[in-house]
Amino acid sequence: MKKTTCLAALAFALACGTANAQQINVKIGVLTDMASLYADDTGIGSVIAAKLAADEFMASNPNVKVTVISADHQNKADIGTNIANQWIDVEKVDMIADVPNSGVALAINELVKGKNKVFMASGPASSDLTGAKCSPNTVHWTYDTWMLANGTGKAIVKTGGDSWFFLTADYAFGHALERDTAAVVEKNGGKVLGKVRHPINTNDFSSFLLQAQSSKAKVIGLANAGGDTINSIKQGAEFGIAAGGQKFAGMLVFAPDVAALGLKTAQGLTFTETFYWDLNDGTRAWTKRWDKERNSPGKLPSMNMAGVYSGTLHYLKAVAALKSAQDGKAVVDQMKKTEANDSVYGKSTVRVDGRVLHPAYLFEVKKPEESKYPGDLYHLRATIPMDEAFRPLKEGGCPLVSG
Amino acid sequence: MFELCLPAILGGKCIPSAALFGQLLIGLINGSFYALLSLGLAVIFGMLNIINFTHGAQYMLGAFTAYIILQKTGLGYWPALIIAPLIVGVLGIIIERTMLQWLYKLDHLYGLLLTFGVALIIEGIVRNEYGSAGLPYTLPDSLRGGQNLGFMFLPNYRAWVVGASLVVCFGTWFVIERTRLGAYLRAATENPTLVRAFGINVPRMITLTYGFGVALAAFAGVMAAPIYNVSPQMGAELIIVVFAVVVIGGMGSILGAILTGFGLGVIEGLTKVFFPEASNTVIFVIMAIVLLVRPAGLFGRRA
Repeated sequence: MKKTTCLAALAFALACGTANAQQINVKIGVLTDMASLYADDTGIGSVIAAKLAADEFMASNPNVKVTVISADHQNKADIGTNIANQWIDVEKVDMIADVPNSGVALAINELVKGKNKVFMASGPASSDLTGAKCSPNTVHWTYDTWMLANGTGKAIVKTGGDSWFFLTADYAFGHALERDTAAVVEKNGGKVLGKVRHPINTNDFSSFLLQAQSSKAKVIGLANAGGDTINSIKQGAEFGIAAGGQKFAGMLVFAPDVAALGLKTAQGLTFTETFYWDLNDGTRAWTKRWDKERNSPGKLPSMNMAGVYSGTLHYLKAVAALKSAQDGKAVVDQMKKTEANDSVYGKSTVRVDGRVLHPAYLFEVKKPEESKYPGDLYHLRATIPMDEAFRPLKEGGCPLVSG
Repeated sequence: MFELCLPAILGGKCIPSAALFGQLLIGLINGSFYALLSLGLAVIFGMLNIINFTHGAQYMLGAFTAYIILQKTGLGYWPALIIAPLIVGVLGIIIERTMLQWLYKLDHLYGLLLTFGVALIIEGIVRNEYGSAGLPYTLPDSLRGGQNLGFMFLPNYRAWVVGASLVVCFGTWFVIERTRLGAYLRAATENPTLVRAFGINVPRMITLTYGFGVALAAFAGVMAAPIYNVSPQMGAELIIVVFAVVVIGGMGSILGAILTGFGLGVIEGLTKVFFPEASNTVIFVIMAIVLLVRPAGLFGRRA
């Protein structure tokens, strides 16, 4: 009798021991644009951001082993879905991060929901990801089209830019951004005079710019991103858009885009972002860490990369609390229960529809003579508090929101 | 002022004639890039029988070389317009001497695959060095500003692009079709052995022709640097369209490449007004139709 009790006690102790030291394996897949128009805004910089988060977390949680892998979706939804399927089924990936390009992201959103893993959408912009298409397995970090429209659109209408013409990238993201911006413009008393939709990755915008010029709108809203935005602004300067009294509103501009344009061309541009490397001590310190890994002088981290970092960190905390990454929905529920807090995004909360709330900032690009050191690009014009920066919960039409 | 409308079946969209003239002019400007690039391709194909898929990468190298010249030496746009094509042309000659010359006797496919591979390597190297977002390159001060033509604002730089492109295109056509040097070249492609018997160094002539074709691509690249985003993928985006232009014009036909380049620029420009969503497909639709009706292209001679 005594022997069996002893054995039982021993077995129990062993079981407890293994449970305590149980190794948790987490695999993160960064699905991104490695070589095309969004590659400098995401790409390898996003992979590095995920690795920074993983290393930092593993240092304080030795029982969690995080592996980061990455792939190029080439801005094609079918390629992205194939990779994601293989990652989840064969490679046992638990969380997919980044995914710039809303077209690809909407496909991944459905796929991840079906397989009950986690989608950390820090790259795509479409506000549909937490609206009509919201999912219990998706967390949308960094930004969305509603927030960009609200931040930039409102500020420009209020300073007199009350008639708009849109140059819109002809896919899910551009349509969403144009729709959300038009709504903000009209709500604040402005008018939309017209729009033209151009194919993604267009080289020459002169024809579209001419149409924008003949519309006589005060503001030309750029509902596009990356290389398309750069080309629009560069050629707009050449066609005398500013000289004709018109003004560009870049609805989605990243720091690497401003660097590519040069301050001479980009000066005065106003837009909304949620991260700027030179914002505070926390972001500067993080940028130093990122820069060391990136090892490419002159490159700046974008808000998407910062979003990958903060999102991954918060995700790993939730996994550690649950001691498992298996049930994606449970992990997301855990993320919604706790507040995120890190040096880059500060205090942030995940809302029931998957939207992450953090402050947003209205920036203006400096004049060349105001820039004091390399990478000194922006003036901070306004801070939009987190409860005003994003679309109110009830307006999104997300089925997860009851009532 | 009157208005021009599409038939109701095509959407019935109307635009004022002034806007239309503007769009026609812009089409012509874009066409001049197509013409410059397809000209180089046509020269290389016509004289060497090589389908030069590296052309887009060489165009991109032209723009990057202009940027590097500016950064390292402070020399601006005008010197770069001469120096960059020379540098890239020499790189082209190295490629021809070390790789391409072994492929002339083989099927076209080998040259195509080799040049495609070289293009991917060049793009990869540049992307690794400079990233993909692109680099700033500003307009030369002497060509800033523009003219108000009444129906549109014409930037001086664009006017310069059309002019320079016309001169280079028809200059090249003249040299190849109307001079003694051109006659040697054309004879050398028809019958190299016989031409060599007259004491002409045919391989050197072929090498220089490739170098010239590549330099044309780099020249177009420098012309593009101030107005298009200088990024590693700038050539890959354009090269597909340019190949369509060459196919429509007739492989190897120099005049065909020039005229089709300008013509398709105009057609693409009009599509951007009436049905912008289709503006990057319209050229391929035309290509399909032309190939069905005239398989050798508009200006091509049947082999």
